[in-house]
Amino acid sequence: MAARTADIRGILTKNLSVTALFMALILGGIIMAVCGYNPFEAYGAILQGAFAGKKAICQTLVQATPLIFAGLAYTVAKRANLINLGIEGQLYIGALGTSVIALMPLNLPMGIWLPLALAAGMIFGGLYAGLVGFMKVRFGSNEVIATMMLNTIAENFVEYAVNYPLKEEGKSIAQTAKFSEALWLPRMVDKTQLTVAILIAVAACILVKLLMDRTRIGYEIRCVGQNLQASETAGIRIGRVMIISMLISGAIAGLLGGTHVLGVDRRLIAGFSSGYGFDGIAVAALAADSPIAVILSGIIFGALRAGSMVLNRTTGIPTEFIDVIQALIILLVAAPLLVKEILRIKNKKSEKKGGRKG
Amino acid sequence: MYAVEMRGITKEYPLVRALDQVDFFLREGEILSLLGENGAGKSTLMKVLYGMCRPDAGEIRIKGEKADIRTPKQAIDLGIGMVHQHFMLIPVMTVAENIVVGQENTKGLLFNQAEAEKRVQEMIDRYGFGIKASQKVSELSVGEQQKVEILKAIYRDAEILILDEPTAVLTPQEVEELFRILRDLKKQNKSIVIITHKLKETLAIADSVSVLRDGKMIKTGMPVQGATADELAQMMVGREVTLGVSRRSKKVGETALLVRDLVLTEKGRTLLNHVKMELKKGEILGIAGIEGNGQTELIECLTGIRRPDVLDVEKDGKKLGGTPGDFIHAGIGHIPEDRMTRGLILELSLQDNLILGYQDRFQKRGILDQKRIREFSDNLLKEFRIKAPGSMAKAGSLSGGNQQKVVIARVFSEDPDIIIVAQPTRGVDIGAMEYIHERLLDLRDEGKAILLISADLDEVKSLSDRLTVMYGGRLVAEGKPEEFDDMELGLLMTGAISGEDREVQRHGSTNS
Repeated sequence: MAARTADIRGILTKNLSVTALFMALILGGIIMAVCGYNPFEAYGAILQGAFAGKKAICQTLVQATPLIFAGLAYTVAKRANLINLGIEGQLYIGALGTSVIALMPLNLPMGIWLPLALAAGMIFGGLYAGLVGFMKVRFGSNEVIATMMLNTIAENFVEYAVNYPLKEEGKSIAQTAKFSEALWLPRMVDKTQLTVAILIAVAACILVKLLMDRTRIGYEIRCVGQNLQASETAGIRIGRVMIISMLISGAIAGLLGGTHVLGVDRRLIAGFSSGYGFDGIAVAALAADSPIAVILSGIIFGALRAGSMVLNRTTGIPTEFIDVIQALIILLVAAPLLVKEILRIKNKKSEKKGGRKG
Repeated sequence: MYAVEMRGITKEYPLVRALDQVDFFLREGEILSLLGENGAGKSTLMKVLYGMCRPDAGEIRIKGEKADIRTPKQAIDLGIGMVHQHFMLIPVMTVAENIVVGQENTKGLLFNQAEAEKRVQEMIDRYGFGIKASQKVSELSVGEQQKVEILKAIYRDAEILILDEPTAVLTPQEVEELFRILRDLKKQNKSIVIITHKLKETLAIADSVSVLRDGKMIKTGMPVQGATADELAQMMVGREVTLGVSRRSKKVGETALLVRDLVLTEKGRTLLNHVKMELKKGEILGIAGIEGNGQTELIECLTGIRRPDVLDVEKDGKKLGGTPGDFIHAGIGHIPEDRMTRGLILELSLQDNLILGYQDRFQKRGILDQKRIREFSDNLLKEFRIKAPGSMAKAGSLSGGNQQKVVIARVFSEDPDIIIVAQPTRGVDIGAMEYIHERLLDLRDEGKAILLISADLDEVKSLSDRLTVMYGGRLVAEGKPEEFDDMELGLLMTGAISGEDREVQRHGSTNS
């Protein structure tokens, strides 16, 4: 028995993310209880909403898709030790890029037009983020502030675009015309919003993993991210590496924007993102900067989202608790020492109880 | 009467037993040298005593009374003081402020600065330390900062003083001064432990010696009188060792690196003041000096990390310049002075670290050749006898000596013409040190040009074919290592005499 608890403790200490997730769920439950709601009922509803039946699972994956993209975008920059808080802006610019191609009367076959539109989104998003990388390298500007500021510009620019140059003719709503059907991302399950975007997201994660592990630029990104001075000493062109990792990060954000407009709205609407860019930080934090873990982490957050919709409908427990749990996860992941400290206290107690061999 | 008795101390870390049933005794009023290689458990044992680390088993008695020391605060209350290897001083504050911190005298709510300074100055004068209580710590030399650390411990009424590698950063003169202080403290019946791996110093200052090896106490409280360095080394390493390999170059070739002029200024300060030197093939040129006299900057300029104001440097007749990458490709290998910050990426695997800087050779169209990297790494681990669980282990998980071997393996395997080596054996055990020295000499004999920068005088003296001293951003003296004695080097290193003075002293009568 004692050995088993020791094992579990070992696993928990090693996998701080898993620990943080569980702790966040427990703490979230306590907060619910304090507020007078039944946490078991709440989690039951969430689980049901997220996983009970085909529709629920589809809904989870639909919610997970943008989160995986955003988490991956954040992770790529983070691997080079850059904080990209501009995913939100980059996804808007990416969506704009995709929409521009999508609104051109090209009438190409789907197999060309659709990838072309997505590629445009990646280029737009990538350059928008790459600009920040360039400013950092060239002028020493802080990427955290620069990316944040560019968010506002991007959002407002898209708002302008759908109000004026790209606005659907003859309509009063701030949105573009519906895209040609050749550009609709194929649905994977009928009557759901689940499109191949989830597959693209998963593929992107795997590609990033391969990029990091198997390529020279990936290697250099890892070096720069872990030790700037050693990388400099080794002759790695740090500035170039930073700009490239921002380009990739932004391109993934652009892909998020592109898949959203082609898969969900099928047109560009102002303010379509519900803060995916920032949710990506939580996803990446829980994934501990591993591109593969981002898939899982995105699905977990997606499940919380999907579950929360049912939560509100069936129990009357406010969905804001989902945000509380998300915030708790970030807090606990960001404070590994805190988690370790909590584990250590438990550790001591069990030692006293169990007694120890000399 | 024992000041400290530790019995059966055991401390286990995952995978290693850092201390295994260790008994340790310190008599009152003696200076004890706690000898052992890096990783032998010296620091861990003293951290246990100082409450920084909890043992898994064992008992501690201070002056005969059982003590349960859980925090440094408790240790201080029991009269234990520790001077860490890396000083824990606040540079912007005065000596007095640093010493009384945590035990300030207050006047109402205010800190009584004058009172503190007066009391500290009295203490300084009593011990003849020759510093001012009102001076800022940032203005002090390393040796003086160490005195502040010692005073800090004494101010807290330490009866038992632990010094962790106290001579690592001192000049010969400062070492003498430290020994004088330690003898003074001994006269006042203070008990002192010096953690060290230096045999010469053990023999010079200690009354008795305890030797740790691989977490086990090999010898407890052996009297130093009558012991020899070889005997101690053997106890420490567990086999016979050759100390201070020395082999002079047989064939010095033509000039490999010619520094015609090198000037570096920063914020109005001249860090490198017209440095000129010539490094020949098949020789080791040693640069001795106290850290902070331009050695780091010199290395950084000669490896492209820093852009100096004037860089007139030629390698084999071709002008050097550009980025660090350009210098590497020009055939200049660099073993940085601080392996943790510049040499290795601790979070990455050994494979990743072994190709660092040479990753271009392991890729085709941007794709890394995993198989070749693995084979290459496995070979190097074997060839350089690097103790590691495998080539995927993180560099940070290795001991200091093995980490250093990783850096050295990487640079040596790329066969550079010129190797700039800084502090190659800092924090490295005797076994690795021997090995690294041998490899350096082998490379020199193969005709490589080696620039060796080291704060360890014994090291530069025994390895170098030619020796220069750096002081204040200049190379102040040059000659064969045999021509310098330690005291003279110490004076040159501190700027107390200049190279010219030395020439005059030497040749004065004949030349004039």
